[in-house]
Amino acid sequence: MIVDKIKKREVQAVKNKKSNVDIPVGKWLKCEQCGEILYKEAVIKNLNICPNCGYYFRMHIDRRLELIIDEGTYERFNLDIETTNPLELEDYPKKLKTLREKTGLKEAVACGTGNINGEKIVICIMDSGFLMGSMGVVVGEKITYSIEQAIKQKLPLVIFSVSGGARMQEGIISLMQMAKTTSALTKLDEAGLLYISVLTDPTYGGVTASFASLGDIILAEPKAMIGFAGQRVIQQTIGESLPEGFQTAEFLLEHGFIDKIVERKDLKDTIYKLIMFHKGGEK
Amino acid sequence: MPSVKLSAWEIVEIARNPKRKTSLDYINEIFDDFMELHGDRNFKDDKAIVCGLARIENQNYTIIAEQKGRSTKENIERNFGMPNPESYRKAIRFMKQAEKFKRPVITFIDTKGAYPGIGAEERGQGEAIASSMFEMAKLKVPVISIVIGEGSSGGALAIGVANKVFMLENAVYSILSPEGYSSILWKDSSRYKEAAEKMKLTAKDLYDLKVIDKIIKEPQKNGEVDFEKLANNLKKEIISSINELKKLDDKNIVQNRYEKFRNMGEYIKL
Repeated sequence: MIVDKIKKREVQAVKNKKSNVDIPVGKWLKCEQCGEILYKEAVIKNLNICPNCGYYFRMHIDRRLELIIDEGTYERFNLDIETTNPLELEDYPKKLKTLREKTGLKEAVACGTGNINGEKIVICIMDSGFLMGSMGVVVGEKITYSIEQAIKQKLPLVIFSVSGGARMQEGIISLMQMAKTTSALTKLDEAGLLYISVLTDPTYGGVTASFASLGDIILAEPKAMIGFAGQRVIQQTIGESLPEGFQTAEFLLEHGFIDKIVERKDLKDTIYKLIMFHKGGEK
Repeated sequence: MPSVKLSAWEIVEIARNPKRKTSLDYINEIFDDFMELHGDRNFKDDKAIVCGLARIENQNYTIIAEQKGRSTKENIERNFGMPNPESYRKAIRFMKQAEKFKRPVITFIDTKGAYPGIGAEERGQGEAIASSMFEMAKLKVPVISIVIGEGSSGGALAIGVANKVFMLENAVYSILSPEGYSSILWKDSSRYKEAAEKMKLTAKDLYDLKVIDKIIKEPQKNGEVDFEKLANNLKKEIISSINELKKLDDKNIVQNRYEKFRNMGEYIKL
């Protein structure tokens, strides 16, 4: 069901003539919401938020880490793995290679440990710049490994999701990563450890329908688009237009599926406070 | 049919054939007694998933089954077998009772996917699927899932976290439909036949990928599937697998299922 979300993004991309990947290279960029031409440095300094209208640009993993984790405390897990290309698609390995060079990322998620105001956590951060943050075996394995590390080290787990869903290029194996990550979360739950899921724009499909929706606490950034089925598929299925604000973080809050919408500038402190609220209850 | 090598797309067409037997056909044929019970105790009784209790000889079972309609009228009633969140929440209710009363769970998978609708999103389709897998992963009773027709996307996997996954010879199990796949990956929905070949969605492919544990043959008689024989074979497989799984204690039955899904998908260490 990530299907239409990706298609929709394309439509938007054409409509808004925007780049989907974080903040485009070059000194200037145009805000997707207000159209203002912005000085890139000014936007980065402003937490990737448009200084003119408050639009949230998507964040590169490195910038999200800077925002959330205390400087110098992030230690990535030593887990360098690669897909076997289970569907034997000819152009898929090439595509991955190109993306790695272009984005400086190894895959659509980075995982490790780090501190939030001195509190050590296991952190996973997804990136929409890498095949739309889609989950194949590498993402599934890294998330699962992180959950296991949280259990082993008795640490809270925080996952920042941004994803179109299960990765098409790995077919059924991608689908199975939903069951894999979910199964691992049952063990984290049994261990009595805290899991905070943070939903960022966009979170869809098999990621929404697995670990992203299973946090003890679920936070979201304002106006993030979050859902299971993509809007185009829904529209095609029901043959009518969708209500205003459908599938926004605000819509999910109203319907009872997230705990709190948190502005980007307040995320670190909010997560810290939540961690502190859960302390002292360990068995 | 088994003597002729079918293309993946031909198998998709067989799996989707409106005349193909549905979950209730199998349930009624396999079990000595079946009583359907209704509702998620929260919102409604969504009819795309049928839940109930059944027995074979002295063994009781909990049944959770995706149900397509066998007529246009029934299809409308059952939303063409595409579950809304209430279906998964009903399934969760029955999983929990299965554990409480120590009944093995048998699920039948047959869906084009979870329903993509406004109401489904308002009521948390993603959360319902995730929670269904979550509860299933924890169950302290044996669970067998059988893909009988179309097993498409998270809507299928939601009731597929089992100790053993069986699949009928001409069923398909995939990340989404070949049409959807080709339109996403190649931006061309007309290449669905090619997509079907690429996707590895047949029982044989999935057995080779270790996604399923057993292929249930579809024996032929007079050019048609010999349903009685098929159902009888399936019944034997259910009985023997459940007997095998019942030897595992609470902890090991969960661990057995955990390891199966923990190891889903090979990767290369760099």
